[in-house]
Amino acid sequence: MDSRTGETLGAKPIAAGSDEVADLVARARSGDFEAFQEIVLRYQSRIYTFARRLLGNDADAEDVTQETFLALLEHLDQYRGEGPLLSWLLRIAANEVHRLWRRQNRQVAQADATEEEDSISQLPRPEFIAPWRDDPQQLLLRRETATLLDQALAELPEKYRAVFVLRDIEGFSTEQTAEMLGLSVANVKVRLLRARLMLREKLTRYFGDPDQRVSPDHPHT
Amino acid sequence: MTCEELLRLINELVDGELDLNLAECQEFAEHLAKCNPCQVVVDNIRQTIQLYRAGEPFPLPREFQARLLASLRRRWQERFARESESSSQASGS
Ligand SMILES: [Zn+2]
Repeated sequence: MDSRTGETLGAKPIAAGSDEVADLVARARSGDFEAFQEIVLRYQSRIYTFARRLLGNDADAEDVTQETFLALLEHLDQYRGEGPLLSWLLRIAANEVHRLWRRQNRQVAQADATEEEDSISQLPRPEFIAPWRDDPQQLLLRRETATLLDQALAELPEKYRAVFVLRDIEGFSTEQTAEMLGLSVANVKVRLLRARLMLREKLTRYFGDPDQRVSPDHPHT
Repeated sequence: MTCEELLRLINELVDGELDLNLAECQEFAEHLAKCNPCQVVVDNIRQTIQLYRAGEPFPLPREFQARLLASLRRRWQERFARESESSSQASGS
């Protein structure tokens, strides 16, 4: 089966398939393990990928995935069907990731009061500026694109990667992202801008057309 | 407006949060209309986000898939054993 059916846009609510999910949840609540398993199979790769991107290693991503579905199992009654189940699961997963970061004493979850000013005044300057040779639809058809995207994302410092994954990949709002990471809205905005600029730079080096490269110092008329 | 100043407003532009009535936004539009490098940077960023949003999730490692379902099944059995125990105690003899 395709575990991605109807839920490809993450936190954005999607009508398609939601009745089906509500039905699976209802059956799971009444003790039907097959229905519960169907929910797991449907969302497991989304949760695993989310955790894997944030944490950067398999073992931690597996732990977070397992904890997330164990939490679903224990709290099936608390899911009221108000938002998409995927958003609910992603929030649980984000909590688990956060707990892991705190335990490992990572800086990702630490807000930095001076960060806003500091990094706004030293944004990374775009260097390789060129239109891409192909548009995103064409690029997505190529197998190597996924590898390049994962590689570029993995190379970002963790604190920028986390914000990019929540905001741009999973579609959470700036406020939700701030709450999930325990950061201020201002911190999230600055980190997101830096993440976007860094990824743009990396991807344009892969996908940009060197013959159409323009200089950042191009004089204005 | 300089390229540097425009760069700081890129989030608002890309996320559609710029209020086009503000004088600053007019400056922004004017800059963008005549600065090719900035246009290309904005396009590149939009395409970058579009690519990541459309990307496919990774499959679970096969060995983990089996382990995950086994551990969930075990916990499920414990949970429903617990519930039926407490409900049979409640309905008691
Ligand atoms: Zn410019």
